[in-house]
Amino acid sequence: MDAPVTIRTPLSEHLVMQLKMGDRVLLNGTIFTARDAAHKRLIDLIQQGKELPFDLRGSIIYYVGPAPPKPGMAVGSAGPTSSYRMDPYTPPLLDRGLKGMIGKGQRGPEVIHSMEKNKAVYFAATGGAGALLSKAIKASQTIAYEDLGPEAIRMLTVVDLPVIVVNDCRGNDLYAQGRKQFEITG
Amino acid sequence: MAIREIDTARITRIVKQLCIEATTVLNPDVLEAYAQGLSQEVSPQGKEIFKQLAENARIAREESISLCQDAGMAVVFIELGQDVHFAGADLAESINEGVRQGYAEGFLRPSTLDPISRENYGDNTPAIIHLEMAPGDKVKIHVLPKGFGGENMSRVVLFHPGAGLEGVREFVINRVREAGANPCPPVIVGVGIGGNFEKCALIAKKSLLRPVGQSHPDPVVARLEQEFLRGINNTGIGPQGLGGRITALAVHIETYPTHIGSLPVAVNLQCHSHRCKSAVL
Repeated sequence: MDAPVTIRTPLSEHLVMQLKMGDRVLLNGTIFTARDAAHKRLIDLIQQGKELPFDLRGSIIYYVGPAPPKPGMAVGSAGPTSSYRMDPYTPPLLDRGLKGMIGKGQRGPEVIHSMEKNKAVYFAATGGAGALLSKAIKASQTIAYEDLGPEAIRMLTVVDLPVIVVNDCRGNDLYAQGRKQFEITG
Repeated sequence: MAIREIDTARITRIVKQLCIEATTVLNPDVLEAYAQGLSQEVSPQGKEIFKQLAENARIAREESISLCQDAGMAVVFIELGQDVHFAGADLAESINEGVRQGYAEGFLRPSTLDPISRENYGDNTPAIIHLEMAPGDKVKIHVLPKGFGGENMSRVVLFHPGAGLEGVREFVINRVREAGANPCPPVIVGVGIGGNFEKCALIAKKSLLRPVGQSHPDPVVARLEQEFLRGINNTGIGPQGLGGRITALAVHIETYPTHIGSLPVAVNLQCHSHRCKSAVL
């Protein structure tokens, strides 16, 4: 296994092109949280031609609804939720400059195709390791939809958040490839 | 037989404590299953995941923080001795008050909401309560905070009898295969065979109360558990779906008599963050 590569947001197209399926990455900088309910609102804004609460260009969305922070913490436990639920909302965001997503689980063919077309990348963080992942989150600020509680959009400052490239911008898929490599048939 | 009286305020206190303990401290059987998984996994990335899970468990325990941001819905099993009488507040409300207090004081994420308006209740109530009568004058309480990564990937099917055990086996393995990384593998696979529509789902869930990897007492069922586990681990899905040989830590099967015209089967997937605590009073 290669040593992890350290990268910083925002993600440029040049940086995205360098990332390959299976790369272990330590992510630094600013990322945004959004789950189902927030995605629905972002799409509604796009359909109404209104401005979004943050600039999508070069940005990364983390599919997470963190646990409440204990005193002194930026967030509580904060691991990824299943990404497939965000699939229907994702291509319009990629078309508008979203460059990275962090979640867990397989993406649909439309999303993978849109990542290829728009030069974007999908990272997995370890699902169920929310306590561990929360250590990499140094600051959190709610920037939209406070009424959604855990599903509000937050801006997170992360230092060395450990993720792995599942889908690079060339259509490669670590879930499919990993399974094939270790499957025992017959 | 004398009737034993129990004040439901005690139920509230115990449910609260079990909610906090279950969501922050994994049981030794789960940690042992991680250790075995680490030693058996051949994928380097898979091994790395097992190390992260052990580290995550250590941080959560030492700092008393939620193992996973999804502290689930609180599934509460009550085995109620028939010689018990509850005094004080209504039993269901006493359980829900314990959940309310436990999730607030434990800094656990409130995840329950109205299914129509989708407005979050903010306190993770109500619990899912399963009440079962038992002989004697004890009350046994199990709290199983169940995340929805695994819950969403669970299924019930009512086969006709002709499907046979081969049909059951195929269904269980395919369920895990299709679920892929979503239920946070390495998973524990709860399987209910028999009963009717709701009973097979309930016994699949109840099978998760067993210590991880403890076989069914009936050797025929225990053999099926081993056979299903082999098939699941041959899928190659591996830890977190990134490829590997340990997709499931265990398969637990429970059975119940069924109807001549049916073969109900339920698969309830449980993530690696298997949170479960029990108490007897």
